Amino acid sequence: MKLLTLLTSSRRILTKPLNLTRSVHNQAEAEDLKYTHFGYEQVKESEKSEKVHKVFEDVATSYDKMNDAMSLGIHRIWKDIFMHRLGPTQGTQLLDVAGGTGDIAFRFLNYIVNDHCQTDCHVTVCDINVAMLSVGKSRSENLGYDPKFISWKEGNAENLPFEDESFNAYTIAFGIRNCTHIDKVLEQAYRVLKPGGRFLCLEFSQLENSAAQWMYDQYSFQVIPLLGQLIAGQWKPYKYLVESIRQFPNQDTFKSMIETAGFRNVTYENLTLGVVAIHSGFKL
Amino acid sequence: MLLSRHLQKLKYHRTCTTNAATATFEDDFHKNHIPTNIFQKLALSVGSAAVSLLDPHRGDMIACLGETTGQQAAQYVLNKMESSPEGLEILKQRPRINSMTVNLEKLKTYPEGTLGKIYSNFLERNQVTPDSRLMVQFVDDVNLAYVIQRYREVHDLIHTILEMPTNMLGEVTVKWVEAIQTTFPMCIGGALFGPIRLKPKHRQLYKQYYLPWAIKTGTNSDFLLNLFFEKRWEQPLVELHKEVGISSLVLPSAK
Repeated sequence: MKLLTLLTSSRRILTKPLNLTRSVHNQAEAEDLKYTHFGYEQVKESEKSEKVHKVFEDVATSYDKMNDAMSLGIHRIWKDIFMHRLGPTQGTQLLDVAGGTGDIAFRFLNYIVNDHCQTDCHVTVCDINVAMLSVGKSRSENLGYDPKFISWKEGNAENLPFEDESFNAYTIAFGIRNCTHIDKVLEQAYRVLKPGGRFLCLEFSQLENSAAQWMYDQYSFQVIPLLGQLIAGQWKPYKYLVESIRQFPNQDTFKSMIETAGFRNVTYENLTLGVVAIHSGFKL
Repeated sequence: MLLSRHLQKLKYHRTCTTNAATATFEDDFHKNHIPTNIFQKLALSVGSAAVSLLDPHRGDMIACLGETTGQQAAQYVLNKMESSPEGLEILKQRPRINSMTVNLEKLKTYPEGTLGKIYSNFLERNQVTPDSRLMVQFVDDVNLAYVIQRYREVHDLIHTILEMPTNMLGEVTVKWVEAIQTTFPMCIGGALFGPIRLKPKHRQLYKQYYLPWAIKTGTNSDFLLNLFFEKRWEQPLVELHKEVGISSLVLPSAK
């Protein structure tokens, strides 16, 4: 039934009626009928953002505990490597998108302090979810980070509330797969970066080894939602998590999408057999 | 046995489609149901037991423990309810107890001594609400799920008719009665291990008066989950006690 309406709606867009107001009305209807994936569920595109929002609202307070439990602490290593790949120097103006609870931002601050290159550095953490940002802000206070170097802003990765060319580094870690329109996120990343700026993404990806993929699937589907229930009191958000990982494009497909957005020298590196991948590109 | 279970399901399903109240439970059931395999149920029961002990504020873990270990007991309770006309009526109608289905304001106006008035006083005195009960998630059969949901939702009413407070002593006493009557492992666990946390004065009272009374009441009185409480708000508690065979616990007055 849904497929039928989807097909009829696309026909409506293609016929281009003469009356402009009628075409807008049809376009809006057509937009409303577009479906996308929410894990393994089919949902309206217009609803996905709200559903994702609710997932993160529900998990915000146990987010960090769950990450440790699910990855046996390995997510910390992935994020450490990620920050090393970025290799910030003096004058790095970083935008960390979907950065909610601050893991990447704090690593950035630790890195520049350790390397004594804090001059002119700053990180702006942007997230669509206020609950996640508030957890991040409290952590920042508890950890004693200087507010001069870090700021927090609510915003949508598909429509960033920043001027063109206002950052020279853009990171997004474990966030892009939750966005409804990945291409829009990449376009926005390109827009806000200065020429010479770098795009760096850390995200779950696909394993090349099929036996390893099978074991990973078993762990993901059998154990992870269970841990979610025990630790966070929530099953469904973690079921969504493991499903959304499988819906995300693989390493090469994602690489092409980044190139389509205009980035050059696009490369990727697998970590942990491909469980996660770091994609990098430059605005040249 | 499979066939009779199948017929049971059909029997309830036919009544379900005509009654809005049962449709509501079934809707809620489907919305909240999370299918799990045997490995996951086992892991959930072990995990929730551990978390419940480590963090007593995790009421959801106690609920999870009850659901994952209570399949057999739920069947036992279902059988007991089916063999009583009043129990059968409850299963047919599947009433829910929350602030939308129970007119709490109206209960306040009932005469003193009636079930409704005493329940209303109980809720106010202990600052509890009938809305705090979680929806069953891990039980796969809708009939068994309802039994567990009903057990959860009438717990405060059991407190009321047994005249037990919500402190540790009262809770443990209620758990003994529930354990004897329903055989839910979670009740048995609560009854056996709960008293460990009693302070010396309460522990003395528990050993001397509350425990023997709980065992006597649990064993001798009628099956309390067969009571259609919602139809008995106007019944004087004294009468209800006589009907089901409960005699109030009376402590000897201090010398």
